[in-house]
Amino acid sequence: MSEPKIEGIELKPGFKGMAEDTGSDQTMFKGVHWGKAMMWIFLLSDTFIFSCFLIAYMKGRGSTPVEWPNPSEVFALDAFGVPVPLLLIAIMTFVLITSSGTMALAVKYGYEKNRKMCGWLVLATAIGGLTFVGMQAFEWSKLIHEGVRPWENPFGAAQFGSFFFMITGFHGTHVSIGVIFLFIYAYKVFAGHYDQQKRGWFTSMKGDYVEIEILGLYWHFVDLVWVFIFAFFYLW
Amino acid sequence: MSNTDKKEQASTHKIGIYLWIWGLLFVLSFFSYMVDWYQFQGMLRWSLILFFMFLKAGLIMAFFMHLFWERYALVNVLLWPMTAIACFIFLMVAEFKYTLFTRLFYFFVGG
Repeated sequence: MSEPKIEGIELKPGFKGMAEDTGSDQTMFKGVHWGKAMMWIFLLSDTFIFSCFLIAYMKGRGSTPVEWPNPSEVFALDAFGVPVPLLLIAIMTFVLITSSGTMALAVKYGYEKNRKMCGWLVLATAIGGLTFVGMQAFEWSKLIHEGVRPWENPFGAAQFGSFFFMITGFHGTHVSIGVIFLFIYAYKVFAGHYDQQKRGWFTSMKGDYVEIEILGLYWHFVDLVWVFIFAFFYLW
Repeated sequence: MSNTDKKEQASTHKIGIYLWIWGLLFVLSFFSYMVDWYQFQGMLRWSLILFFMFLKAGLIMAFFMHLFWERYALVNVLLWPMTAIACFIFLMVAEFKYTLFTRLFYFFVGG
């Protein structure tokens, strides 16, 4: 994870180290598992996809002369008869951050080869993600009942619906895929696949707790994207 | 070799740092929700939203995704492409202003 040691090579810190790593005529990311490097590259490309969606939303919202629907009214939820602005979205944010925290601890316990603790934390993360997807499904059905469609809505500018369904839908798909993988990996941790170095079904590489860190990177990224969606779509 | 590998993997970060970051993320999320609750408007609203957003994103990337502890070769490969996104945002801001202007000019003013 941090400060890798490789026999026969002195690894320098900072930008000098970066220049030497890059020009070392060898693997560039010293001490980084190839799966982890590939996950980072994938997340970088995913960042560009989400950025394109959010920039398109900015352009659409900025260029319409029609009033944009007020998100704190559209996404308000009645609690005991009183409309509370963004209540469901706030709960969703807290659920996702909670699951991000349990995932970070799962990675830590995985590297300490604490099988039980790691497994329970991955399972807790999966359940948090499932809760999030459930609440998002509730939010979607509520808005669809209120007449929000990708081409029209009763609150204001017609573009609102298409951006809402596209951006939250794409994020929700990411969460759903993450939940499926979290359940699979929770099983794999409990079954001891990483302690026995059992070869996986996706690649034939030997099982190792680094896979939990790779999965963790994906899950934290999903949380990271939600931070931006929360700020730009719901609060702005 | 495999022996040193195992030793290397056992040295993880203390649990305290994760719990601290976790707590900070909760507090920052609460604050950004409060921005909407108290209905701050104008520059104050946008700057508070952006401040809390970047702080949360930075904490998640630095500590939960371990970028703070990674070597610069990886960190720089990941962070420099973000300048391309910044350029794209800059271009599209100019574009939406122009689109809005032409719409107002031709649809409402009448050309």
